[in-house]
Amino acid sequence: MRDLDTHARNDWCPGCGNFAILNAVKAVLKELNEAGTPLDDIVLVGGIGQHAKILDYVNVNSFYSLHGRAVPAAEGIKLANPRLKVIVFSGDGDAYGEGIEHLVFAAKRNIDLTVIVHDNRVYALTTGQSTPTSPRGFKSRSTPGGTLDRPLNPLELMLASGATYLARGYSGRLPLLKDLVKAAVLHRGFALVETLQVCVTFNNLYDYYGKHVYELQGHDAADREAARQKIREWDYDSAAPIALGEFYKTAAPTFDEQFLKGGGR
Amino acid sequence: MSAEPSRQAPETSVLIGGRAGYGIDKAGMVIAGFLSRLGYRLYIYRDYPSLIRGGHTFSIIRAAQKRIAAHRDQVDYLLALNQETLELHRAKLQPGGLVIYDSDSVKSDGIGVPIGSLLKEAQAPEIARNTCLLGAFARAAGLDWALVEAVLRENMPRELEINLAVARRGYDAVRPAAALQKFDQPALPVLTGNEALAQGLIAGGLQAYVAYPMTPSSTILSFMAEQAEERGLKVVQPESEIGVMLMALGFSYAGNRVAVGTSGGGFCLMTEGLSFAGMAELPVVIVMGQRTGPSTGLPTYTGQSELQFVLNAGHGEFPRFVVAPGDAEEAYYWSAVALNLAWQFQVPSFVLTDKTMAEGIFNFDLKAVKPLPAAKSAVWDGKAPYQRYADAVSGVSPLAFPGAPEAIVKINSYEHDEAGLTVEDAAVTKRNADKRRRKELALLEELKNYEAVKTYGRGETALLCWGSNKGVCVETAEKLGWKVIQPLVLAPFPAEQFKAALKGVKKLICVENNLSGQLVKLLALNGFSVAASVNKYDGRPFALGELEQKFK
Repeated sequence: MRDLDTHARNDWCPGCGNFAILNAVKAVLKELNEAGTPLDDIVLVGGIGQHAKILDYVNVNSFYSLHGRAVPAAEGIKLANPRLKVIVFSGDGDAYGEGIEHLVFAAKRNIDLTVIVHDNRVYALTTGQSTPTSPRGFKSRSTPGGTLDRPLNPLELMLASGATYLARGYSGRLPLLKDLVKAAVLHRGFALVETLQVCVTFNNLYDYYGKHVYELQGHDAADREAARQKIREWDYDSAAPIALGEFYKTAAPTFDEQFLKGGGR
Repeated sequence: MSAEPSRQAPETSVLIGGRAGYGIDKAGMVIAGFLSRLGYRLYIYRDYPSLIRGGHTFSIIRAAQKRIAAHRDQVDYLLALNQETLELHRAKLQPGGLVIYDSDSVKSDGIGVPIGSLLKEAQAPEIARNTCLLGAFARAAGLDWALVEAVLRENMPRELEINLAVARRGYDAVRPAAALQKFDQPALPVLTGNEALAQGLIAGGLQAYVAYPMTPSSTILSFMAEQAEERGLKVVQPESEIGVMLMALGFSYAGNRVAVGTSGGGFCLMTEGLSFAGMAELPVVIVMGQRTGPSTGLPTYTGQSELQFVLNAGHGEFPRFVVAPGDAEEAYYWSAVALNLAWQFQVPSFVLTDKTMAEGIFNFDLKAVKPLPAAKSAVWDGKAPYQRYADAVSGVSPLAFPGAPEAIVKINSYEHDEAGLTVEDAAVTKRNADKRRRKELALLEELKNYEAVKTYGRGETALLCWGSNKGVCVETAEKLGWKVIQPLVLAPFPAEQFKAALKGVKKLICVENNLSGQLVKLLALNGFSVAASVNKYDGRPFALGELEQKFK
């Protein structure tokens, strides 16, 4: 198998949660390749932010898009060549702020994409401003007095929008994260892995997450109502148990299949 | 022109008007069908408000023996479905012209048709009023019933029988009054500028069309959607123009020849994606249909105020191709060329139109279109490692698409090395800027193979125009014994061809549908000046007589 590393120097901070995502993805690509998917058929798409540097670090096809604009580009790639496996990397500012309309519509279409959100709950590339998932009262370089608005629960929004695979991973639990990324990539339809990815420089939540996260046991991911309840257990604001794992998984017709069957109408 | 039977007029104009929702567009197409079968060449100007129901709407169908692409403000027939039409347009009637009107709802001189009563007799719905008036017009203009029936069959396949019955009642209600001359030439198809443009894109090898609806480009989206299955096109309407542009760039990256279509407001949202296309060297065609701005402006009216916007849109410096066709054949030909050049040089490529061009109805003669040049593009030879941004003398790197064996295709909105990985190195930054500039020079060189600047007629005075003003300028100049210069390609500007076109010209007058003279500004940048400008910016295109008056 080809070396998955590129000649680019890795510029993430030591201890950055992005390393866990990079390692999970490389492991998944290796397994997919061993199971018969050519690496030539993989396309990684990213927005702009610390998350997107991952495109420079993995030696496969990639589309380094604009801030907030990874998802619509990924949809075009999938519709142009449905054989391609398209994996989107996006940040919380990128996916849930600047590009949220695209995310909602991609979920609504149930187009066959995997979206991995590197949710560090802070703008790191621009050195520390609040994002849509920052907790209320978050003191940042754009909100020195603390944010006034409540955070968005992205999984709740994605469930309402029509996503057919929803999971939460954590950069501190690599084996689970790898399994979730693989399941999302193998899922046919719109899959999103909301990943609690710790920014060691601007929002170090390792201790906080260490105290609150737990892995889902005995949860029926086919049960939409049960999924909704589990997703609402933690609202990204209050101190509540933070579930990790698959919340929701269902089979539904995908946009790309129907679109290409209908001659592209 | 007189209303005597067997008139010898070389041309005629018919205005039909009523409220929006009266079927004025359909009636215009039927009149076009009548006149086509008499051997006329046509142009239809459509004027309608940004409403679905209500408001005044009218079409002027101008017909002549020779090809035309402009309307005239003086009409020979005024067909009024309501009083407002008469009041608004009575002054346009030529001496000896005829008013044909619904005598049940309009007070006028001329030929009255009791449409309400005739509809009742035929037990026909209100919506058939236009058909009744068309029947009356046909008889007044001396048309045979067989011709009327044939045209209605073609244009009104639904509810045909009731429409035929209603038209016949209108036909029988009047006497021949001003018979139209016939010409011995076969009918040519009639279509909108947008239809010609869309067909040109398809002929050029279009594989995908992505758009969010916006007047005056929405009908390209509906045309493509209708054609999708038969032509194997992928047609998508995303959530916004931002989504449109980025989705199109995804299609482009993955190897589909793709176009988007919009108007000024939508194009504003596309500009970040445009700049991305410039940096990432992703080819894409943008159809930009201008309307009256700024902002929402007059959505269903015309303008040419976005030339400078299109020339300069997007942050940073990158090459682009911009062409502004002036009639249906040019829209067809240059849309195909725009697609080919986009992929040949890996640049964004614009087809710049306006409401007059997009929604005006033209004859279309495929035989008059020059053969399309073969598509050329630099393709990767398959020897790994593939480098998406390999440096090249022409600036054009070989193309490969994801999925090709051993081609690792990495595109990047950041400045990048030859493999497509992010870099911020000073030398690479300069090298890539120079590479993109070389593509522009190569494109300019390629344009020498095209008639990028057209001229018509001769004379020491020349009218200078672009886009939809071609038709009105060519006819006006013919009458005045002047020359016309029409730069079709506006970026990169074909200065050498323009200079050659100026040969022998002592006075250059620029005609534009904008306030500030946007073509004049472009010429100034290239070292050319004009003696005078005629600018119209009230949302309406120049009519034939109106433009001529400006020179008296």
